[in-house]
Amino acid sequence: MTSSEVAAIESQMKPMTTDRKRHLVTAALVAPAGLWLCVFLVLPFMAMVVFAFGERAPEGGYQAAFTFAQFANLPSRAAAFWNTMMIAPAGAFLCLIVAYPAAYYLAIKSNPKYRLTLVSLVVVPFWTSLLVRTYAWMYILGSRGIPNLLGMIGIEDIRLLNTPGAVLLGIVYGYLPLMIMPIYVSLEKLDRRLLEASADLGAKPVSTFLGITLPLSLPGVMTGVALVTILLLGEYLIPQLLGGGKVFFIGNALVDLFLQSRNWPFGSAIAVTLVVVVVIVLSVAMRIAWKVSGSRQVDLV
Amino acid sequence: MTAAPANDIEFRSVTKCYGSVTAVSDINLAVPKGAFVALLGPSGCGKTTCLRMIGGFEQPSEGTVLIDGREMNGVPPYRRPVNMVFQHYALFTHFDVQQNVAYGLKQARPRLAAAEISARAREALEMVRLGGFEKRRIHEMSGGQQQRVALARAIVNKPSVLLLDEPLAALDKKLRTAMQIELQTLQRELGITFVLVTHDQEEALSMSDMVCVMNAGRIVQMAKPQEIYDRPADLFVADFVGKTNRISVTVEPDGATLRLANGMAIAARSCLKPGAATVALRPEAIDLVRQSTGDGSSLAGIVTHRIFLGSTAEYQISVDGLGDFLVTADRRSVQESDLVEPGERVALTFDPGKVHVFPA
Repeated sequence: MTSSEVAAIESQMKPMTTDRKRHLVTAALVAPAGLWLCVFLVLPFMAMVVFAFGERAPEGGYQAAFTFAQFANLPSRAAAFWNTMMIAPAGAFLCLIVAYPAAYYLAIKSNPKYRLTLVSLVVVPFWTSLLVRTYAWMYILGSRGIPNLLGMIGIEDIRLLNTPGAVLLGIVYGYLPLMIMPIYVSLEKLDRRLLEASADLGAKPVSTFLGITLPLSLPGVMTGVALVTILLLGEYLIPQLLGGGKVFFIGNALVDLFLQSRNWPFGSAIAVTLVVVVVIVLSVAMRIAWKVSGSRQVDLV
Repeated sequence: MTAAPANDIEFRSVTKCYGSVTAVSDINLAVPKGAFVALLGPSGCGKTTCLRMIGGFEQPSEGTVLIDGREMNGVPPYRRPVNMVFQHYALFTHFDVQQNVAYGLKQARPRLAAAEISARAREALEMVRLGGFEKRRIHEMSGGQQQRVALARAIVNKPSVLLLDEPLAALDKKLRTAMQIELQTLQRELGITFVLVTHDQEEALSMSDMVCVMNAGRIVQMAKPQEIYDRPADLFVADFVGKTNRISVTVEPDGATLRLANGMAIAARSCLKPGAATVALRPEAIDLVRQSTGDGSSLAGIVTHRIFLGSTAEYQISVDGLGDFLVTADRRSVQESDLVEPGERVALTFDPGKVHVFPA
């Protein structure tokens, strides 16, 4: 074999071995997370799908069967679906309305010297448990809180706690940082020269905002809305504490079905339906956001 | 009734400070209508700040900027009759080419008819030879094409002044040369004032009909490109624009003779103040010969480096008693073989009339 032939064979072999090595490294990196997701997400979800077509055993739990009865029964929890599907997006939207100006201020208007401090202030509430903070709201909205103060100035019989409004307030309060952060990131990444270019071309500040800033921050907005909406669809704590069982979410229905009445198949059917609805709604929303902003900088689904 | 002002842009003792840092200090500048002016200087000299004050992105700390004879202090960018080609273009990535170019037209109040907007956008795109690219997305375009989109977007509003902030910096050499010619042609076709900011002296000299050399927040010299090169106002300009050899000399008490460190004497063109001075000599003003004339009118040295540039070659020559000299030689001007080899001894001669003397 001549030396050139040896070299040719070596050059063929080298990429193969490095390729194999790279695959091994990739596998090693992905394996822990993959295994975790498989055991704690994929398998349970498959079990849920199986349960959803089954029947409740007489003593509670699951009994093998193949029936659509659980899905047919879905309308009996229409109120929980309705509340969730109305209040979750409404809450996310309210969050957005409050979060966007804050994120805009942090990313564009604030003094860069204090920016990091201000941004960390947004995150600070996360250091305390949501449960504790929601309890605080129970007290503030409860009869000894704001209604009491209003009573002193002669406005009687105002009920704040256990209303949809209280739940919305709790939602906006609890999820605001999750909405601010992605919007802040997308605005912070925004090239300031684009805003200058827009002004240079004759656009007044409002036109610049609507034509340039808003569309380019849309991926961040969509990420925030998706994040908050997804978490809200499974929300249990806030409606339980601030809605007092009167404003009932799917999360509360699920807790009820799985832990109290032990109707696992029906609970599974509700959960599976929820997941399907969420995936469809969010993928459509993401598609639209990508189209408008022409980029895929932050995506979630 | 007053006559139309002759100057498109005027700076009246303009100073710009950022905190304690003075970026531009007491600048007076008049750009005549229809001129192609280059603001040339090293980074941090204040040239971009000047451009941004014309665009309205910065407000002068002191003094006034006038556009078309109108004071512009406090006027926001969207109310100024100027448009800018930004460094790195600042194109809107969420729009296609046509939408980018039409953006300025869509801002006009009262609104323009859709047909007029698309007609004028097409016209602008054709001017930069991008007809047919309307529907392309920005990231599908090459650097040179993006540059043209930025140009089309800036000229579509028919500004009275076009500002260009290092417009060619991101292009490769060949494309840059082509764009230099195109920019010149475009300026002539549009007949509007161009103000170009650049740190590239070649770009400034080749394109503009007026060069304004800036250093440390001040204007050092403003003149035609040829004059800047041939008669630099000071050592900075001589150094910054083109290449130059700096030689320390002493002016003899008679004020008419320059004495070099190796004892050689040069006759001065004008009467000078006696004492230390610095002489600037262009590399191409020096002739390279193989044999020494031996009469004291030439400098002797040894070639240390040669950079071959095609039609010319640059030599670094260590001159006895004077240090390194840079010499550019036309290949034909060196006798016998057209290239001198490193290590050869040579003699340098120059015309005393091409020497610029600056007080030290």
